[in-house]
Amino acid sequence: MTAVVRTVNLVKIYQDGAVPVPAVRGVDLQVEPGEFVAIMGPSGSGKSTLVHMLGGLDARTSGEIWLDGKRADTLSESAWALLRRKKIGFVFQFFNLVANMTVGDNVELPALLAGASPKVARNRRESLLAALNLTDRADAAPAQLSGGEQQRVALARALANEPALLLADEPTGNLDSRNTRDVLRLLGDVHKKGQTIVMVTHDARVAALADRVVSLFDGEIVDDGRITRRRTRTAGEVIDLR
Amino acid sequence: MRLHLLALLAKEPAHGYELKQELEQTFGSAYPSPNIGQIYVTLGRLEKDGLVRAVDVEQSNRPNKKVYYLTAKGRELLEIWVDEPTEGPRVRDEFFMKLVLAPLTGIADRMALITRQRRHYLSLMSDLNDLLSRTPPADRVATLLIEGAMLHLQADLDWLERCQEELA
Repeated sequence: MTAVVRTVNLVKIYQDGAVPVPAVRGVDLQVEPGEFVAIMGPSGSGKSTLVHMLGGLDARTSGEIWLDGKRADTLSESAWALLRRKKIGFVFQFFNLVANMTVGDNVELPALLAGASPKVARNRRESLLAALNLTDRADAAPAQLSGGEQQRVALARALANEPALLLADEPTGNLDSRNTRDVLRLLGDVHKKGQTIVMVTHDARVAALADRVVSLFDGEIVDDGRITRRRTRTAGEVIDLR
Repeated sequence: MRLHLLALLAKEPAHGYELKQELEQTFGSAYPSPNIGQIYVTLGRLEKDGLVRAVDVEQSNRPNKKVYYLTAKGRELLEIWVDEPTEGPRVRDEFFMKLVLAPLTGIADRMALITRQRRHYLSLMSDLNDLLSRTPPADRVATLLIEGAMLHLQADLDWLERCQEELA
């Protein structure tokens, strides 16, 4: 099976005036189809930079990025844009919806851009909005929605072109507990259906849904492991009511 | 458990098994079910201290059961418990002590300790996710208990990250 993502000695160095600032320092990461990988680490550890590079939103300094078995780091910006439309869905902390388009059109656009026929794109829009419980919000403007609803729209949009890879950067970072729970449930559902996910998060509840957690520190991977289920039966094992 | 039982008895007199059931119904499956033996031992001590009193109630075909009720002294103690501020969450410092002291002896390095601890917390969190998904939202006390456990764990993980930034 071809890995959905493979990086080889991936490096990113930002130039702050004359001072080079290394953000990612030699990351080798492989993500298999259907895997849900959470990326954790303190701020400044390179998490967001890594995920942005995987989506071609940030150019790598050196090293290789392979997506679905094809070399991607050497692509031109326009070739990256094409690859993103076809293969990658992106969810950000601040939703980034197109403000002057309706919710429904926000969701439909990526499929059209990826080359789907209008009919297919429309069907996909309807089924995603229904799955995310947003059908009655289809004609609203994004600004009329709550943060949690906007993030659900962003997730629907990211999934509209049936991407091989869903990239997420702190998708619950701006949500309250209840909305976090809704977005989590959705992520869990699409993962169960086989969606490959790479997600940066600070939120341990979110990370704990993943199959695997990669910890970054100072731009390097310091831990990479599966989450073991212990089958704790009660919350009392964590907090002690005396 | 002494004060929890006093609080339940302040509502109405009850026998030991009823108290066990009431605790289970209130806190739900998220909390370990209280041991009946422990409840009887605690009730015995409360009685000895004059905080509760028991009356024997005859039952047909079965041995008498003891029904407990709160005394004035018991109610007074309960009121003090309710009125005083509750001790804050204790810092679970066993890992922190390990993190600070173990590397000094040369038997462990901090990064390895932090990594192992993070995995442990994440697997606990994953269990709590499962537990929460199995708990009906209508069961609000149990849901809040699990959410509380999750927030405590998140704080532990944030602290771990700070330790990593400063010490590793």
